[in-house]
Amino acid sequence: MITKRIIPCLDVKDGRVVKGVNFLGLTDVSSPVKLAEFYSRSGADELVFYDITASAEGRALFTGILTEVASTIFIPLTVGGGINTLEDFGRVLGCGADKVSVNSGALRDPSLITAAAKRYGSQCVVLSVDAKRLAGQFRVFAKGGREDTGLDAIDWVRRGVSAGAGEIVLNSIDADGVKGGFDLELLAAVCDAVNVPVIASGGAGCPEDFVRLFQTLPKVDAGLAASIFHFGEVPIPDLKRTLRAEGINVRL
Amino acid sequence: MVAIVDYGVGNLFSLRSSLAAIGEEAVVTGDAARLRAADRLILPGVGAFGDAAARLRQSGLDQALLEEARSGKPLLGICLGMQLLLQRSFEYGTHQGLGLIAGSVVPIAPAIPPDYKVPHIGWNALDFPSRRSLHPLFRGLRPGGCVYFVHSYYAAGCESNTIATTEYGADLTAAIALENVCGVQFHPEKSGGLGLTILKNFCKL
Repeated sequence: MITKRIIPCLDVKDGRVVKGVNFLGLTDVSSPVKLAEFYSRSGADELVFYDITASAEGRALFTGILTEVASTIFIPLTVGGGINTLEDFGRVLGCGADKVSVNSGALRDPSLITAAAKRYGSQCVVLSVDAKRLAGQFRVFAKGGREDTGLDAIDWVRRGVSAGAGEIVLNSIDADGVKGGFDLELLAAVCDAVNVPVIASGGAGCPEDFVRLFQTLPKVDAGLAASIFHFGEVPIPDLKRTLRAEGINVRL
Repeated sequence: MVAIVDYGVGNLFSLRSSLAAIGEEAVVTGDAARLRAADRLILPGVGAFGDAAARLRQSGLDQALLEEARSGKPLLGICLGMQLLLQRSFEYGTHQGLGLIAGSVVPIAPAIPPDYKVPHIGWNALDFPSRRSLHPLFRGLRPGGCVYFVHSYYAAGCESNTIATTEYGADLTAAIALENVCGVQFHPEKSGGLGLTILKNFCKL
């Protein structure tokens, strides 16, 4: 039976891992390579790296780090941040990424999803969506949650999947950094709309939040979090043992 | 020395790095002479079967692979590389494979309950058939160990050469072997320590 995946997310800026609370007030946490090795040993099922650097120097630093991580860690790696063109896909895949996550780049140019799926396969194209409740709907935000696109999140996810996205990372801006649990309402709506793997992101504060996620929504494939893992509040081996004890199938 | 067959399909970075991590000298090559010079061969692959099979034929590497496999050289196919070892695939039409192991590549979807997602992506457990002894590729592994899968098609009609399956609403072929030729549907280069053990085992075959 396939296992539910636990995915630590590392936001990388200028070669260091950072994590914002509600996307504001970034705090330096650790070295990406060290943290990635630590997570791999702890039983993380996959790692997501978001490059939140804006400068060309930072970008070069990031691909260097990615190459180092991919040379030492042999679990799936997803890379996002600043992916706007097919060349960006090629750049990070060439450094050892397995999947590439697109967000604002796909909102600007939805044909990027199809072009990337055609060239690299759908399994390689992850659509990352930042959603927030606004005017009675789930609204898609761009640019790290700063810009309202006016798009309905469920419609956008559906469009993305028909365009060729092979996986969805759904990040709830309302839940992010609050540690009050995953946004089950938003996740349920997306799981009903598409039949590709859905990765829940934003809101995890304790192991019970993951238990509730997978028990309430069996269609969710993975749970993603950052700060609770980085600060050691929730060790991954403990989390997985809790999940297993609750009857949720995980890789131990 | 291990030769990783480069025929323009898939990302070979992780495979090369994982062999380096277990201390195996590896060369990535699309040159038949270098394949013939290697001690063992790995046929990787991601993407569509028809396109990959055509590339193998156009490059002439299919003949080199067939001759080396028939001479007894250990050959490991990974993911699409495993599927290419079979006789044919029904992925977007009908395509001929290398035919080193009997069987066909068919879609997963009709074989599993409708609420299961396709592709089959993620970590799933290996089950070893009880009627045969554990294949040397899996030496040191316990049943239930998880490996990383990403695929929409699977190998069927190869039961007598199946050395591992995985449960995804149905028992899907996870690995096949016939003498010196073996193939794994999952990605050992993405399956953590367990995947490295499998690659190490292959390098001892």
